[in-house]
Amino acid sequence: MAPNRKKLLLIGRSGSGKSSMRSIIFSNYSAIDTHRLGATIDVEHSHLRFLGNTTLNLWDCGGQNVFIENHLTTQRDHIFRMVEVLIYVFDISSKEVPKDMETFLRCLENLQEFSPKAKVFVLLHKMDLVRADRRDQIFETTMGKILDTCKGFDFKLTGFATSIWDESLYKAWSTIVCSLVSNMSKLQEYLQGFATANNVREVILFERTTFLVISHITAPELEEMADPKRFEKISNIIKSYRQSCSKLRSQLQSIIVESHNCNAVIEALTSNTYLMLVMSPENTNKNLAILNIRAVREKFDEIEQAEAV
Amino acid sequence: METPKILLMGLRRGGKSSIRQVVFHNMQPLETLYLESTSRPTEENMDSLVKFQLQELPGQLDVFQANQEDQSHLYSDVSSIIYVIDSQDEYLMALQNLVQIVETAYKVNPKIHFEVLIHKVDGLNEDFRQDTQRDIIQRVTDELTDMDITNADLTFHMTSIFDHSIVEAFSRIVQKLVPKLSSLTQLLDIFCARSGIEKVFLFDANSKIYLATDSSPVDVETYQICSDFIDVSIDLANLYSKNGSMQSQSGSQQLSCLSKLQNGVNVYLSYMVKGLLLLGMSRSDSQQKLVLVENNICVLRDGLEMIYT
Repeated sequence: MAPNRKKLLLIGRSGSGKSSMRSIIFSNYSAIDTHRLGATIDVEHSHLRFLGNTTLNLWDCGGQNVFIENHLTTQRDHIFRMVEVLIYVFDISSKEVPKDMETFLRCLENLQEFSPKAKVFVLLHKMDLVRADRRDQIFETTMGKILDTCKGFDFKLTGFATSIWDESLYKAWSTIVCSLVSNMSKLQEYLQGFATANNVREVILFERTTFLVISHITAPELEEMADPKRFEKISNIIKSYRQSCSKLRSQLQSIIVESHNCNAVIEALTSNTYLMLVMSPENTNKNLAILNIRAVREKFDEIEQAEAV
Repeated sequence: METPKILLMGLRRGGKSSIRQVVFHNMQPLETLYLESTSRPTEENMDSLVKFQLQELPGQLDVFQANQEDQSHLYSDVSSIIYVIDSQDEYLMALQNLVQIVETAYKVNPKIHFEVLIHKVDGLNEDFRQDTQRDIIQRVTDELTDMDITNADLTFHMTSIFDHSIVEAFSRIVQKLVPKLSSLTQLLDIFCARSGIEKVFLFDANSKIYLATDSSPVDVETYQICSDFIDVSIDLANLYSKNGSMQSQSGSQQLSCLSKLQNGVNVYLSYMVKGLLLLGMSRSDSQQKLVLVENNICVLRDGLEMIYT
């Protein structure tokens, strides 16, 4: 059974924060720790297991002019062949916008030539450097410019405003990675069944190592009152808690929260996922919920195995 | 009864405002670099098991230019004075200032607790740290003996905002104000022994200062995981509340959380009385133990209610 390999290109000009992102999402760095990262030389490959059988080959391409030139000319067939996802990072505080755009355009040209089916994601990074009330506006105008640039290509383009200092980074990467999970519909369907059977308000499925949201089912009455950014926030909260767990040399098994407005259970599901259940405060039977989670473990294992074939 | 007052004093740039922000406002230590200098007395109120008002006095202001009557007024209703000494700087001026303060305040009210924070020790290496501490204690006690003040209640703490030593020091300072602390400690000891819990803290929910703990020694990892778990529980519960954030008092009153790690460590959190959270850590994993602990927590809560309400 050959593992499912996906090639992700992470490109952007030097200092735009590519390696910082990678370290936070996949290597459990905290935002402050990323100060220690140096410049990436040429291409840094990392192989990350995601959901067990999917292997993400993340190519973190160094952004100094000399490397970029190299990537776009001599090595271009090596770099741009068989790409599933291109993630292009723009530094929002960059002074050389035309140059950024030009590099982006040349990347798209190469991608068109070698892997025309790739998905393209654009991250407008370092948003924390922009005043909070102007962020939306700046995001809109910059995305407008970028969309103009790539008019000639038939790539579907998705843009995100990100910063390593808040949860926006998790949202972007969660969307990127989820676009690679192949039998999402089956997972979604099964999760829906589980939510109905347990009469819960919300079910969220997280990937284990990165704690990115894979899928979720939300009851309509919760949708309007809960925080719309909750998924990213949960990823963020749990990830930092897991770091303190690791100081006790152990892994997180479960969290149960009971308060006057909700009951929530987070429990390790399979070897690759965590499941979170949110119940109404009247529903006090948390032990039953935990039993139910344990009961569906095998089924989820099966789905994950099927993913590989 | 009037609320006891704690004065936070020290020379300029000693780190008083940073301490206040880190302890009471959850500010990240690195962000305190950007604090403006404090120009007027700033107050901080704490109202849980102990009530007190922490007043920060600006360091630029030389209190001793003011006339004698003003000073006695300043110290008459004070229960503790926290004096911050910058250990990375030349501290002879600070020591002189401290001795002066002790002298005047002791005359006004001999019952004042003097707490000396030998601050910013994160920048000193291990040997130098001890030398500095010894030197400071030696000089201060010598000066005071020369002035014939031998009974003043002076305590020295080594602190830094970059680790948990500052919270530890504040916990010890505040614990002196907790009424009936010894019976509280005894109660917690009994609770630990009967429920198979290794370590238990009573935290103030807002500042994460612990007001009481059982008599076993505090180790850093346990403290860290307990204090992190408070964040996790409150943040998760807030995500699903109706108005985004709960009213600190009424909302958290039913909060009760449990986290399990894979090596069998359980972390408990439960709301007690008057804004206090009980945090406990145990290393056993049987289901019956959980029920026993839950029951004992209820008994302890009743006990606390009897003492403090």
